[in-house]
Amino acid sequence: MLYREAGDFKTSYHADNQTFPIKFDRIGFWITLAIAFLVIPFVINDYWANAIFVPFLIYAIAAIGLNILTGYCGQVSLGTGGFMAVGAYACYKLMTAFPDVSIVIHIILAGGITAAVGAAFGLPSLRIKGFYLAVATLAAQFFLVWLFNKVSWFYNYSASGQINAPERFVAGVAVTGPNTAPWAQYMICLVFLTVCALIARNLTRGTVGRSWMAIRDMDIAAEIIGVNPLKAKLTAFAVSSFFVGISGALFFSVYLGAVEVGEAFGIQKSFLVLFMIIIGGLGSIFGCFAGAAFLVLLPVALKVLGVDVLGWPTDLVAHLNLVIVGSLIMFFLIKEPHGLAQLWRLAKEKLRLWPFPY
Amino acid sequence: MKMKTLAAMAIGATMAAAPAMAELVIPDLSYRTGPYAAGGTPFSDGYQDYFNLLNARDGGIGGEAVRIVECETGYNTEKGVECYESTKGEGALIYQPLSTGITYQLIPKATADEIPIHTMGYGRTSAANGEVFNWVFNYPANYWDAASVAVNYLLDENGGSLDGKKIALVYHNSAYGKEPIRTLEALSEMHGFTLSQLAVDHPGQEQKSQWLQIRRERPDYVLMWGWGVMNQVAVQEAANINFPMENFIGNWWAGAEHDVTPAGAAANGYKSLNMNRVVDYPVLEEIKAQVHEAGNAAGDGSNVGKVLYVRGMYAAMLAAEAIAKAQEIHGVSDVTPAMVRDGMEALEITNARMAELGMEGIGPEFSVSCQDHGGAGQGLVQQWNASAGTWEPLTDFITPDDSVIAPLVAEDSAAFASESNITPGCL
Repeated sequence: MLYREAGDFKTSYHADNQTFPIKFDRIGFWITLAIAFLVIPFVINDYWANAIFVPFLIYAIAAIGLNILTGYCGQVSLGTGGFMAVGAYACYKLMTAFPDVSIVIHIILAGGITAAVGAAFGLPSLRIKGFYLAVATLAAQFFLVWLFNKVSWFYNYSASGQINAPERFVAGVAVTGPNTAPWAQYMICLVFLTVCALIARNLTRGTVGRSWMAIRDMDIAAEIIGVNPLKAKLTAFAVSSFFVGISGALFFSVYLGAVEVGEAFGIQKSFLVLFMIIIGGLGSIFGCFAGAAFLVLLPVALKVLGVDVLGWPTDLVAHLNLVIVGSLIMFFLIKEPHGLAQLWRLAKEKLRLWPFPY
Repeated sequence: MKMKTLAAMAIGATMAAAPAMAELVIPDLSYRTGPYAAGGTPFSDGYQDYFNLLNARDGGIGGEAVRIVECETGYNTEKGVECYESTKGEGALIYQPLSTGITYQLIPKATADEIPIHTMGYGRTSAANGEVFNWVFNYPANYWDAASVAVNYLLDENGGSLDGKKIALVYHNSAYGKEPIRTLEALSEMHGFTLSQLAVDHPGQEQKSQWLQIRRERPDYVLMWGWGVMNQVAVQEAANINFPMENFIGNWWAGAEHDVTPAGAAANGYKSLNMNRVVDYPVLEEIKAQVHEAGNAAGDGSNVGKVLYVRGMYAAMLAAEAIAKAQEIHGVSDVTPAMVRDGMEALEITNARMAELGMEGIGPEFSVSCQDHGGAGQGLVQQWNASAGTWEPLTDFITPDDSVIAPLVAEDSAAFASESNITPGCL
């Protein structure tokens, strides 16, 4: 009933290969975009922006980045927090060194710098696999955090080691700093997320994405059929780090405004993003959104329910949150290793046949 | 029918969301979970219990009941921001986040929203310059005062000279721990001691290499800027390498009961600074009688009289006094955050007032002005007596060396002002 596919014919290869082959999905996609761009900016307030939408959008970019590396190319990474830190500190150095250049360019450049760093740390992936690679990226995580703590050049020699985002404008509207309107914060993150998601989706549908997936499924077989593992793995690391760097830059400049590397970009952050893609779904762009939404919304929803509605003690709710996230991760690993995205895929299959399954 | 119920629910929701007018809303950004919970819990208990006492005994402040909104931050800056955004809509009058990281986050936000922040003995030190930081207060003392008080104490111990002595600083590798370094470097130049810095990463459970280095270098004194689980581990490690405890001095966030009890008798003699004297105040009895017996205790009620409990209570007292001052200045009982800021800026704490409140001598006398948001800056040195299980004050309040701190505050706040385009001035 929901999916009326009757009459939805494809008459060209182009139409057959489009991102959303089902008309209903296409309409849904455009409606979502319209609500995101045309409705939410007019109704959003400080609380919704800072507690829910901005972190969701930024984590979704980070999850897309990690999903390209882990979900599409099969290279496990525990260095996401460190790479986000590279994006944040690159953005900070650029913002303070070139105050007249647009912040948008700084964020993109920060992504580029992170891509270079990510590719450098991706080099060991040519020799080592699986757990051993995870340990190598873990080393990157600790090394980068240590570096940004140790070398005071990165935080412009401030006494506390904190970096603070100065006020910057896009088309005359403040997007960083304390006087930013919530809709401006939301819009800049939304634009970056939309562009990143479109790029990621199309990369994974093309030659590059197919070579990543070939490496993921069986690297020796991929090499035999002519996929260059050096190129595939390093591009995966570079593209993944580019997105992660952009999310780190936004996380620092637009969302928090002041960060301290050990606290904001510690190993916890790497695990959080990893949990997002595990719960959301490895190897799925939709899964990145689902996972990020889930892990950003869950603590807030639990807090509202437990503290504001039921009046439980705050520490009890905070502990419950940990218990629930932990058990959900176990549940998904056992019952549905492909995450929320797979649940959605199954639901869609059922809906397409409903009410006359054969 | 269904529409009616929905409409009724919507109306109910908007009414619940609108701030109730005749209440003073005090958010408590606490942390009772995570590696810093041991310090966050007693502080929050003391903070809430004191406001509950005011509600029970005096009917609030100036006839207005106080409503506490607790929000768990876990010492995490992201949750801190979420807590700030969710509580500010309720009409929050004053923020005390008890975290230097969250404070850095909130300074620009609260300044833009015009809500005062009080960071008692933590946060950004240069906020003592009230002309740049109009909305931020850090009386009665800050980190640079603490560094100077510790050095002054050591000068006193060594007959006025620290020439050629070696002092090691063990610090939490974060904004909090890095704050005193600049002052200690200036002081080391001035008094001729050598300073070595040993960073401990969050959360601070791993300190073997730092203490190995201390054993190798054999410094005369070790100062510590620690918090949470880091303190317990440091005291234990110091005991393990037989470092003389009386030469090991923590700052005022590294000197509570839970920091020393895990090391047992080995912690005997460990010293720390304190900005509030801990004795049996009459007000604690009142809290027990009127808050705890009535079943309104925050937490499990087991922390009454502990170092950080008393400090939380002290913080609540200073906030309550500022609100009372604001009511007096503006002649209304239902004050706004901007009025509370005026009250904080005109605050004067005297010995007579502290005695009247049942906490005689809890802190130094001080007064706040537009130029000086930092207060007296005094601190005392206390020592742990493991067999009695008490902290014993060794000194009276020691005055810091303002000739060192004032230029540093001026320099750092000027840098902040130029970075954020602020023209210094009074509101």
